[in-house]
Amino acid sequence: MNQPLLSVEDLHVRFRTPLGDVHAIRGISFSIERGQIMGLVGETGCGKSMTGRSILRLVPQPGEITRGRILFEGRDLMPLSEDEMHKIRGERIAMIYQDPAAALNPVFSIGQQIFMVMEQHQANSDVDTRQRVIQLLEDVGLPEPMTLYNAYPHELSGGMQQRAMIAMALSSDPSLLIADEPTTALDVTIQAQILDLLITLQRSRGISILLITHNLGIVAETCQRVVVLYAGRIAEQGDVGDIFHRPHHPYTKGLLAALPNPGSRGNALNVIPGRVPSGLDLPPGCTFAPRCEYVMDHCSQHQPGLFTVSPSHEAACFLHEEVGGKKP
Amino acid sequence: MIAIQESTLLRAEKISMEFVSRYGFLGRHQHRVRALDSVDLEIQRGETLGIVGESGCGKTTLGRCLIRLITPTAGRIVLDGVEILALDASALRHLRREMQMVFQNPFSSLNPRMKVDDLVAEPLRTHTDLAGGALEERVEELLVEVGLGAEHMKRHPHQLSGGQAQRVALSRALALSPKFLVLDEPTSALDVSVQAQIINLLSQLQERHGLTYLFISHDLSVVRHISDRIAVMYLGQIVELASSDAIFNSPQHPYTQALISSTPVPDPDSGRERIILEGNVPSPANPPAGCRFHTRCPYVMDICRRQEPKAHAVGEGHWAACHLLDKAPSDSVIDLQLIN
Repeated sequence: MNQPLLSVEDLHVRFRTPLGDVHAIRGISFSIERGQIMGLVGETGCGKSMTGRSILRLVPQPGEITRGRILFEGRDLMPLSEDEMHKIRGERIAMIYQDPAAALNPVFSIGQQIFMVMEQHQANSDVDTRQRVIQLLEDVGLPEPMTLYNAYPHELSGGMQQRAMIAMALSSDPSLLIADEPTTALDVTIQAQILDLLITLQRSRGISILLITHNLGIVAETCQRVVVLYAGRIAEQGDVGDIFHRPHHPYTKGLLAALPNPGSRGNALNVIPGRVPSGLDLPPGCTFAPRCEYVMDHCSQHQPGLFTVSPSHEAACFLHEEVGGKKP
Repeated sequence: MIAIQESTLLRAEKISMEFVSRYGFLGRHQHRVRALDSVDLEIQRGETLGIVGESGCGKTTLGRCLIRLITPTAGRIVLDGVEILALDASALRHLRREMQMVFQNPFSSLNPRMKVDDLVAEPLRTHTDLAGGALEERVEELLVEVGLGAEHMKRHPHQLSGGQAQRVALSRALALSPKFLVLDEPTSALDVSVQAQIINLLSQLQERHGLTYLFISHDLSVVRHISDRIAVMYLGQIVELASSDAIFNSPQHPYTQALISSTPVPDPDSGRERIILEGNVPSPANPPAGCRFHTRCPYVMDICRRQEPKAHAVGEGHWAACHLLDKAPSDSVIDLQLIN
């Protein structure tokens, strides 16, 4: 079996705040294969964006990675110097964000910005670089790339800005793209265009994508693998069919059942009672126990590890302890 | 004038809303944005009418016009036999009790310096004579109704979760026992599990009080769940209107079809072929001539560029405005005012 492109092992992130330590991520392990689109889903505050930032070691102050390894292309990123990390960011791993207008620099034209990024990472002649920028703009489906080279971000619509961001992310041919809610600020018809572009890029360039989103529909239609996060831990992970057709964790089941569906009109939607606990005040044992309809005595005292449901599928729930058997 | 049926709560005829924005030195130049262009709409008592469309299609402007939060530049609106655009300020203020609005972000619609009990008491103090114990009792009753308890009464909005804050906004809207609620993306800022709670609450409240809802959202699956009928808007116009089932089972307008097909569904094996529309929504300041959708329509014909399509009845209470439907016998070309 080939080595995965990226393995995150036992990642912990902590924020020191005046109110106490917030444990944003508490022991997450997953891996992404080459050429795979992996979805990271969960609700607000579950740690999905922080996981993406941790991979690039861009956890904002006062947060810090307190434990864990990030193995990328066979190398642990944690002990690398800031200079070495700088070469990884943008060159081997690129990231795009929810709000492209905030990520693009308003005083440089689209072409100039991508040009500057390429200059940082490669030594080519200016003419060649310019030519490559125009090619990239065309690759991401922007019309009239020659004209757009000189356009400023405010002259572009949200969808076109996001395409420009993707072009910039691709400029140094990275092997991993981290896309943090890349379509959340866009209209549905434009969202469909961008998702289609991401799938095309994965197929044509063999790039791996970590797609961070709160939208389960996007995950189902775009990803091959899925990690479901709840309060800084993995609730369940598996192939997309495992998660959507055979969910085992009560949280995943609850989330899927809470979505309105074609037959749900006139009926009450399934509700997960209560709300996500604060990172300052986590319940002992399973974090989901206070909201779980299957809660057992055991759950409020012990934290479940990931139990194997099938070779491709794991769930962190004591209900599956006996079914799968193996503790991590 | 056409007789208004007993079951109709609100009727809007040919409402248009034009915004003028000034730019340049001392605002010497201006451009006009037609956010709504001659929209006809009828809402029945006790129903939920969903409005869907993308940003800039005029769905929020429509909601605001219908309860005269902003006054449309043209048209008539009749609520329960009262022509609301003709009312003077004091009569309008009286009518405000009948129609209320709930916004997307409760944290920006609730005063951050007020506590929950004052927030809910505010409309009661303004519009009724309730005071003292009776006022307190009513506030508590309203909070219980939206699923909040005594422990929330003394909190400020920032001490509430998004779902709780939206419940407070709802209890404020319900305080004066309105007939008609405009809900503008009420669940869009909420997580899935909380969204389900608020949607269920809205359904319960509607049943209990016989409320009529205008439910504005860009999320088609939510609109489908909650609405009896759905209107699809594009660039200031309604392009299709039908029952919730008809919109999803037999969408007639190419835009409706694309919108439904663009909405991701949580089923990895749906195997749907997505209709990917080319390009972006044109600016409402400068809408395309002819059919406004023609710049993105996969079926565009010559006539679409020249002539605005008429609304065609395609089924019981189902109409769509598209030249593809022109082939139908000409007598099915309908006057919107008659069927709506």
